[in-house]
Amino acid sequence: MSKSGSNAVGSGQVQRQVQLPLSKAVEIALKSMRVRMGRSILTLITIVMAMAFLTEVWLSNRFGPVIRTELLAKAHLKAHGPPVDGSRLVWLISLSLLVCLVGISNAMLMSVMERFREIGTMKCLGALDSFILKLFVLESIFLGVAGTICGIVLGVVLAVGIMVARYSTAAWPLIPWGGVPWICLAALGIGTAITAAAAMYPAWKAARMEPIAAMRVEV
Amino acid sequence: MVMAAKTAGAVAGREEIVRTIDVVKEYRMGDQTLKALKGVSVTIYRGEYISIMGPSGSGKSTLFNAIGGLDKPSSGKVFIDEVDVAQLDALELAWLRCRKIGYIFQTFNLIPVMTALENVALPMIFGGMLEADARDKAKAILERVELGHRIDNKPSQLSGGQQQRVAIARAFANDPAIILADEPTGNLDLNTGKAIIALLKEMNQERGVTVISATHDLKMLDISDRIFWIRDGEVEKIQRRDEVTIDAGEMH
Ligand SMILES: Nc1ncnc2c1ncn2[C@@H]1O[C@H](COP(=O)(O)OP(=O)(O)O)[C@@H](O)[C@H]1O
Ligand SMILES: [Mg+2]
Repeated sequence: MSKSGSNAVGSGQVQRQVQLPLSKAVEIALKSMRVRMGRSILTLITIVMAMAFLTEVWLSNRFGPVIRTELLAKAHLKAHGPPVDGSRLVWLISLSLLVCLVGISNAMLMSVMERFREIGTMKCLGALDSFILKLFVLESIFLGVAGTICGIVLGVVLAVGIMVARYSTAAWPLIPWGGVPWICLAALGIGTAITAAAAMYPAWKAARMEPIAAMRVEV
Repeated sequence: MVMAAKTAGAVAGREEIVRTIDVVKEYRMGDQTLKALKGVSVTIYRGEYISIMGPSGSGKSTLFNAIGGLDKPSSGKVFIDEVDVAQLDALELAWLRCRKIGYIFQTFNLIPVMTALENVALPMIFGGMLEADARDKAKAILERVELGHRIDNKPSQLSGGQQQRVAIARAFANDPAIILADEPTGNLDLNTGKAIIALLKEMNQERGVTVISATHDLKMLDISDRIFWIRDGEVEKIQRRDEVTIDAGEMH
């Protein structure tokens, strides 16, 4: 059997594709976000808005009753209307969670869907399913963490601002800061988890497709 | 050596690289099934330039996908270098797509956010090559396809013909044994198409790579070693180039 030229392949043997290290996936994911700056920022804004809304609602729910009670005790509050309705707050919190879920999922779904063709192409070039999944999970975690942190900061500012606006600067020293870190931490977990899950699902579906099927998907 | 014994029926001195046996592909749409391939058996030898010719909808792309391991046939077998593609696991299949086969598409399919250089380097990086080496080699191949001056351009900044040159460079990145091209000139004007065909033929000759191209571009006839005429999912006839020139006008 004659060997043709210097081609390393063509030995009649199939080897196994190498698994690229995680650092390579991190590098490609970061680069991919950078070159898609416009799209990344748009997705980021969605996450920031959703998480700011959630954080603000949670914090106001915590701040409001405490400040009200304190101010009532000091008899400052005659002019400030009826007490806060508890059932309405539960409803608001559920709504804010839903807004987060739907808003972030939608943004991530769109940003992955428009790259199905790219996923198919990468598979043709020898990318492993697991590597494609890693890329998208990493990208979404970076976006999720960055967006959620910005959203939380914005949410805290808004919540404090609204308290001061509603109850005047007398509310400032009464704000119960104790629970704030926990609420922020919970929001961080929720924001990142929703973002990663919302990207993982479509990316996993696309990565598992035959490459030609992924390339054929029209968005 | 052991494997060569399996190559029963191969012409002496010619090494088989692709063999399909009775490949059938059915597409199910609702309660209807469409048979896009109705049992295709062909053998392709190393270093050949093969054109799969046929009108639109005849099953060229379906056969291309089956040969390239991009889609699973409904039944039948595809052997690449004596290896049954259906038997490969995910890692082996990825290796095959990465190292053994280079793909070229009608729509170029470059990664839009990457430069020409990055597009060509990507298959090498997937193959485990170091970034710096991959970039050096990508640059050399891009120079070979006369795009040395556009390596930092994004696909959107390149003409169709230039994009297809990048795609060709990318297909050659890992020195594959087989180049599969699906209508590589389909989106190009006459002269650009001619240049792309000439480039494929040059690469075929200087690298000894097997080129398999699905096309209905009659310009391909001149340079093909053999032509598989396909119609309604079946291979109608197989001709050598010297047999084909007379009835080239018959196709449309
Ligand atoms: N994904 C698909 N689903 C259903 N039918 C398909 C699909 N892909 C191709 N076909 C059908 O299979 C036949 C062969 O298609 P194709 O291989 O793309 O032809 P060609 O490349 O020669 O134009 C056509 O009738 C086409 O409509
Ligand atoms: Mg086609």
